[in-house]
Amino acid sequence: MPGAIYAEGLVKAFGDVKALDGVDLDVPESTVLGLLGPNGAGKTTAVRVLTTLLRPDAGKAVVAGTDVLKNPTAVRRSIGLSGQFAAVDEYLTGRENLQMVGQLYQMSGRDAKKRAKELLERFNLADAADRTAKTYSGGMRRRLDLAAALVVSPPVMFMDEPTTGLDPRNRQQLWEVIEELVAGGTTVLLTTQYLDEADRLAHDIAVVDHGRVIARGTSDQLKAQTGGERVEVVVHEREEIPTAREILEGHALRGAAGRESCTVEEHTRKLTVPVTGGAKLLAEVIRELDTRGVEIDDIGLRRPTLDDVFISLTGHAAEGEPEQGKDTDNQPDTDTDASPNAAQRKEATK
Amino acid sequence: MSATAQAAPAGTAPKGRGGIVQSVTDSLVMAKRNLIRMVRIPEVVIFGLIQPIMFVVLFSYVFGGSIKVPGSGTDAASYREFLMAGIFAQTVTFATAGAGAGIAEDMHKGLIDRFRSLPMARGAVLTGRTLADLVQTALTLVVLAVVAALVGWSAHDGIPKALAGFGLLLLLGYAFTWIGALIGLSVRTPEAATSGGLVWLFPLTFISVAFVPSQNMPGFLQHLAEWNPFSATVVAARELFGNLPPGYPVPDAWPMQHPVWASLIWSAAIIVVFRTLAVRKYRNATA
Repeated sequence: MPGAIYAEGLVKAFGDVKALDGVDLDVPESTVLGLLGPNGAGKTTAVRVLTTLLRPDAGKAVVAGTDVLKNPTAVRRSIGLSGQFAAVDEYLTGRENLQMVGQLYQMSGRDAKKRAKELLERFNLADAADRTAKTYSGGMRRRLDLAAALVVSPPVMFMDEPTTGLDPRNRQQLWEVIEELVAGGTTVLLTTQYLDEADRLAHDIAVVDHGRVIARGTSDQLKAQTGGERVEVVVHEREEIPTAREILEGHALRGAAGRESCTVEEHTRKLTVPVTGGAKLLAEVIRELDTRGVEIDDIGLRRPTLDDVFISLTGHAAEGEPEQGKDTDNQPDTDTDASPNAAQRKEATK
Repeated sequence: MSATAQAAPAGTAPKGRGGIVQSVTDSLVMAKRNLIRMVRIPEVVIFGLIQPIMFVVLFSYVFGGSIKVPGSGTDAASYREFLMAGIFAQTVTFATAGAGAGIAEDMHKGLIDRFRSLPMARGAVLTGRTLADLVQTALTLVVLAVVAALVGWSAHDGIPKALAGFGLLLLLGYAFTWIGALIGLSVRTPEAATSGGLVWLFPLTFISVAFVPSQNMPGFLQHLAEWNPFSATVVAARELFGNLPPGYPVPDAWPMQHPVWASLIWSAAIIVVFRTLAVRKYRNATA
């Protein structure tokens, strides 16, 4: 039996641009698929096709057991859509917005009212329920938008970049809501360009670029494909490079052909070597460097992040710009540090 | 599939009633939404009133003494009588811009995407908007009629005929909001919808019998004015209000001879054509 969301060979062209170029997806029930890709990769087009907003040129899509092309109305009864922009009516109150959506989902007036009340409480909007959405903060609007998508507790949810433009606290809250939903049995398709978001929420990730799925798997599988952890050292003087290299190669990962070698960037005085052993090994390396009198400017243990996965897969960063700030990265775990940067940059380009 | 189905939330939306009943209820939900918006943004309604009121005053007093309506005396009062139906009709057609801008804004803000992803009747978003505009137009007409009465206008042939005249005006206004709906779905921004909804209304309403009789226009414009859908409603309203001077020479063109029928036919035709086009456009709308 195909999953709650199933797509096969989706193609959609806008003029010469192929927004979707043969996309296959299969999302098992009660799981989250993260659709990861840069702007213009085709993520939103895929969501629009699956939510009946756009007819594909070719291919097949089944959502909640119903053919999207043959019976769009039945599909609409089983899905919730939370878009990139909070699609709420600013001049209606939170309560009025939710009641309206409930009625348009064909609930009776009374049921819509009751459901609106429940959702306002659940999303922490009860106090603001009778204020117009215009007075809401960005985070509140997003919560209202998400609540609107959940009016009928649909078994399948589509979220197109749900946290774009949100501050960290609101992102965190939204993530928690999504996790609750999935625990309750909802299937979620989530598009994002934030790698940490996919890392945290998605059971499976499909990396999309130029309208194609170029890789899929769990976050760990994708990271493993890219490579293991490594130690990075920046020495103070260029003369110290050979000594540092000797020490690092002594700890390098053993491959089939002996120990892996150390890569050296002369001009930045940076040495990188693949390792296993984590923080303990890092401590050992630092001690040895110290004993041999090598002065270091910076040292760190790098685990591959989804950023690395992304760059190695697509040849460019998630947002189509060179990544910054990686050289001086010396935290033991860098998985969470890409996002504030990414969020800022996204804001700046808006 | 039972195990997984149980885990999934029970909530699929109830099956819609389908057909006409659902279209009507969904349209009413949407109309209510738009009416709430109008109450919360009263500026729109107020500014919508200022222009026609200015026109009433300007045309009555500035042009009133200079324009001679055939078949009547030269006094300004007879021009005022003649003029009012024209201003009423122009006012109702200006609802086009409001409908267009509202729908363009919904597109722009992603609301149309939300509505299109809901199991609601296809035409309801647009029907709801046009119905709300109809209510606004009716309110505007009431205020305008009062202002017109203050400067000396009145309907002479009884209340039923006067109401029939206003009915035809409202129908014309309703028909034009469907043109606005199509414009709103076709442009990229609400601003473009506003100007796109107004720019063609000026020639349409001025190359007509609304402000001056057609007899004095050059031959080509005269035909255009007499077959203009807008003119038919103006003349029909004038007739029903008893505002045509007794000796007014009615042009030979069919719509001018049978203005009530012409008005009904034109408005119905506009609704059928533009509703069909707008709903089709909505179904394929891409924000």
